[in-house]
Amino acid sequence: MCDTATIEKKVPEVAEELVPIYIMGKKYEVPASLTIMKAMEYAGYQYIRGAGCRGGICGACATVYRKPGDYHIRVGLACQTVVEADMYLTQIPFFPANRAVYKWEDVRGEAEEVFAAYPELFRCLACNACTKVCPMDIPVMDYVAAIKQGNLEKAAELSFDCIQCGLCATRCMAEMAQYHIAQMVRRLVGAKIAVPSPHVDKQVAAIKSGHYDEALKEVMALGTMDPFNQDANKENIDKLKELYNKRQGESHATDESWEPDDKYALLEDAR
Amino acid sequence: MKIGYYPGCTLKTKAKNLEISTIEAMKKLDVEMVELDRWNCCGAVYSLADDDLVHLLAPVRDLIRARDAGLTPLMTLCSMCYNTLARANLLMRNDEVKREAINNFMEEEENYQGEVEVVHLLNFLRDSIGWDKVKAAVENPLDGIKLAPYYGCTLTRPLDVSVDHNTYHNVFGDMMKALGGEVVDFQEAETCCGSYQVISNPDAAEKTTVRIIESALKAGADALVLSCPLCDYNLGKKQADLMASREGIQPLPVVYMSQLMALAFGVPAEMAHFELNPPLTREFLEARGLLARV
Ligand code: SF4
Ligand code: SF4
Ligand code: FES
Repeated sequence: MCDTATIEKKVPEVAEELVPIYIMGKKYEVPASLTIMKAMEYAGYQYIRGAGCRGGICGACATVYRKPGDYHIRVGLACQTVVEADMYLTQIPFFPANRAVYKWEDVRGEAEEVFAAYPELFRCLACNACTKVCPMDIPVMDYVAAIKQGNLEKAAELSFDCIQCGLCATRCMAEMAQYHIAQMVRRLVGAKIAVPSPHVDKQVAAIKSGHYDEALKEVMALGTMDPFNQDANKENIDKLKELYNKRQGESHATDESWEPDDKYALLEDAR
Repeated sequence: MKIGYYPGCTLKTKAKNLEISTIEAMKKLDVEMVELDRWNCCGAVYSLADDDLVHLLAPVRDLIRARDAGLTPLMTLCSMCYNTLARANLLMRNDEVKREAINNFMEEEENYQGEVEVVHLLNFLRDSIGWDKVKAAVENPLDGIKLAPYYGCTLTRPLDVSVDHNTYHNVFGDMMKALGGEVVDFQEAETCCGSYQVISNPDAAEKTTVRIIESALKAGADALVLSCPLCDYNLGKKQADLMASREGIQPLPVVYMSQLMALAFGVPAEMAHFELNPPLTREFLEARGLLARV
């Protein structure tokens, strides 16, 4: 897959301990400190699917693995999980999962509407396989139970960290795609049940009024960048990095009195 | 006093009138129902296939949650939940081989061997509160109302989970008497309401509901008293259809045991949520002066 020259380029300079891993049954020796994703690249795989954010948030890189002598199925996000010696792994970047179609204007945010869209909810037998396989440690079985109980707010809360990786659906004996159901529930809760937040309204109005257009134009003007040919547009990439690094965000150390420099979308009475 | 409480899915959706009326009525008896923090469906029906362990996972998981939360005894209001949980519990107590298989499968939970005691509202009132105390809490006795307590099949069968071990079952009737009502015995009080056959074999289900309603009417009942949302569906909510499709059927109001208890205890009527009952129920209670006309 790669020519020798690039492989040489990738080998770390400091001699590092190599561990054996098995990607889809084939053995590779990879540096022990790499994540599964980097180890796969090290082994010569090039991602065109099954990788996205590389930051543990997009859910594209769900990986299933086992260790010798242990019958448990183990999972991890390839971009977050560090390799272990002798792991047998494969990625499951996609698993077919049906998503119900419903008319947004017609739904009111009632449990019955979710039941009608996903009647398979009631096939759940509480096997808990979904919870056990969730790389985000979400109590999937419990959010499914909460939906069945009509407690959409609770289900939205329990499923909040879901990254739609789809692993739960691969294991469900009731053949449901839990995460699509939970997404419908979160949408209903967010738009039709939860009390509207004035902050959001104000922010949406700020976007619509064109307040951020200039900043966006600045980014867009940099054009399309080919990640596999970074030397070709180095200048624009450096500019993008600079913009990214100087963006303002709330630091972990700030207290409640923190305010952004751009006060455009702040609520008056909250200040 | 506090009592652990397992609601069941239907009581949180279609049968809120059963749940809320009970919670409010129990407050009048100084009983606080402590709902399980985490629970899933009870499994709905106890599987009769001997080797069908997978259907036991749901009820056993609920029992484990109750044990872990220290909520034993655990009370249910719905007869079906009661039956499913109580039978799964007995199996976990008595069947060593299946217990091991189930515990082994649920290795993420601590082993369960039937530590929880499952009760139903009826035997809880009888055994832990007592009819005298129930009587003492009555503000509006159900005077002169002929009530037919309907057990259905899941409260008393099989014998080892029956809420009443007398040969002649009287726990339900005793509750109605304690509330000041008059009890009407009728032949079909323990005939199945048709249960889920209403989906797969609606004709058979209709035949059995007609038999039950006619039997209660013949015995002189003014109303049929229920403890199960599925019975309410078959015997109550479907009644209007029945009358439209069959000749000579007389209407019979149906009401949950707990709704009557709430009214008798002087709980504000809106807490009994009669809007979730068939309209007939409300009309009947209004005619009998138990509910103010709106
Ligand atoms: S709930 Fe399902 S889709 Fe969501 S993160 Fe967990 S396993 Fe992935
Ligand atoms: S895997 Fe499916 S059947 Fe098992 S608990 Fe999760 S939703 Fe229910
Ligand atoms: S690549 Fe997005 S979560 Fe791993």
